[in-house]
Amino acid sequence: MENIITGKAYVLGDNIDTDQIIPAEHLVYSTSDPEELKKYGHFALSSVPIEKAGLPQGKTPFIVGENYQSEYKVVIGGSNFGCGSSREHAPLALQVAGVKAIIAESYARIFYRNSVDGGFLIPFEGNEKLNDKIKTGDEVEVDLNANTIKNLTSGNEYQLRPLGSVYDIVNSGGLFNYARENKMI
Amino acid sequence: MGMTITEKILAKAAKRANVIPGESVWLDVDVLMTHDVCGPPTIAIWKKEFGEQAKVWDKQKLVIFPDHYIFTKNVHANRNVDILRQFAAEYDLPNYYDVGTERYKGVCHIALAEEGYNVPGTVLFGTDSHTCTSGAFGMFSTGVGNTDAAFILGTGKIWEKIPESIKFTFNGKMPEYLTAKDLILQILGDITTDGATYRAMEFDGEAISGMNMLERMTLTNMAIEGGGMNGIIAVDDVTRNYLKEIGVTQYEEFTSDADAVYHSKYTYDVTKLEPTVAKPHSPDNRATVREVEGTKITKAYVGSCTGGKITDFQYAAKLLLGQKVKVTTFIVPASTQVAKQLEEETISGISLKEIFVNAGCTIAESSCAACLGGPSDTIGRSSDGDVVVSTTNRNFPGRMGSKASQVYLASPLTVAASAVTGELTDPRKFL
Repeated sequence: MENIITGKAYVLGDNIDTDQIIPAEHLVYSTSDPEELKKYGHFALSSVPIEKAGLPQGKTPFIVGENYQSEYKVVIGGSNFGCGSSREHAPLALQVAGVKAIIAESYARIFYRNSVDGGFLIPFEGNEKLNDKIKTGDEVEVDLNANTIKNLTSGNEYQLRPLGSVYDIVNSGGLFNYARENKMI
Repeated sequence: MGMTITEKILAKAAKRANVIPGESVWLDVDVLMTHDVCGPPTIAIWKKEFGEQAKVWDKQKLVIFPDHYIFTKNVHANRNVDILRQFAAEYDLPNYYDVGTERYKGVCHIALAEEGYNVPGTVLFGTDSHTCTSGAFGMFSTGVGNTDAAFILGTGKIWEKIPESIKFTFNGKMPEYLTAKDLILQILGDITTDGATYRAMEFDGEAISGMNMLERMTLTNMAIEGGGMNGIIAVDDVTRNYLKEIGVTQYEEFTSDADAVYHSKYTYDVTKLEPTVAKPHSPDNRATVREVEGTKITKAYVGSCTGGKITDFQYAAKLLLGQKVKVTTFIVPASTQVAKQLEEETISGISLKEIFVNAGCTIAESSCAACLGGPSDTIGRSSDGDVVVSTTNRNFPGRMGSKASQVYLASPLTVAASAVTGELTDPRKFL
């Protein structure tokens, strides 16, 4: 696990469901074929209504043109991030697009589990609402040891909640690594 | 201290005398269910992680229903079904229900009930968020992703955090204009889409006791729309009779203790509720049908694991008998058994299927179809500018196809009444 994640923030609203993260029509691509996998990155967050894409001003696409990677490494969400369908393709799509961490007020259970157990990205919960304090394009630094996010653009720093009982799985890089390290499989 | 039904079932699966909400435990899984969208990536993870040693932990406990993208020319979607077929053949899996054969069932959550996989007191995990549906049978059931499913596939075990429980009690006798769908939409408006996150939703009361199993499944099905880990209803004679008819006789019944501790409790009098919708674009965006009455619609849709059971079609047919629909109306039986029942069951001597055909509806083959949009050639998929009234479960932006369409979630009675008038209509006008 990297200890410091630095990159541009992409800010979203509340209740970002998995249909917005990766629309169901794209769930047909192989997740093991490296070329087809890129499709998931390309279509990541493609169903977020454009006026709510990249807050506060909106109309900022997460993926530009034909790319499959985004210039944004950290997603800042509101409450209930990842609600809806159980598709693990959702955190996978964000990972393929280059996202390393999400900071949200709260998560839907299955998305949270998938992010942790699949080792796709780190789902942090903020101690406070942050999607009205950080702007899309701000440079941020997430410190995994100190549990903080620093907005390098504004200079403000915010505390994040410790990962708690899932820390060991996150630190191992996912459920299978964790189980092997603990001789469970 | 007493325990809830959910805590008791999870304690049993964790081989513990008791469990406390908030603690994480390892569970022995009784059934793992998967389908064509999440099955192939689950198998890929399982093969990659277990390598040469990859073994299905228990073939009898693995159930695979292709159901999502079945009647499409999309080559990638068809390839996913091919992967399931090859996997089932390679490992000689007894519980695979292949497309294009007499074994094909359709929507997994309905087929699980019909085929006797819902067994009270057991623990069922599925790679689909609506796996919570099975909780209507006094069991623990919930959705997981592909990595968790791959772990179960190889080990039969998974970790889970013990949820707190919320109790929803429905007093009174259900009026003829209300269905279980109205009740769950009422709840969602009260608790919102994350009110039950990491919690169990337990339902009881006179109105629940008077409900058949299929209507109860509508309630537990949409627990996930409130963020719920599971929905659950204790076993009673209605459950026992349903199970007896399909030959399920061995099971353990659990009930919540009188002194069980709940996160919160909600009580409703069903005689005071009225037909309800969820407006675009969230299942908790509640309004009474009266409040939105007259809103013009372009499509009506009756189908899915939520609203494609025979009971849903009985409600819709009751209203459509002798009527003509004003907008394109799709009838999508969830399972092949439901499709057969449409031909067998009658109202005033006319089969439900004939009632729908005479009313001008389009009847589709059993699958998840347009509930989740699907490939571009999916029947019933919404287009730009569509205003759809639907018995399905989600109306997120783009969920049924076009991002530029609007979806109102409603009961089969409200959908049928609206199909006849071409605008959102309170079914009481027709009853």
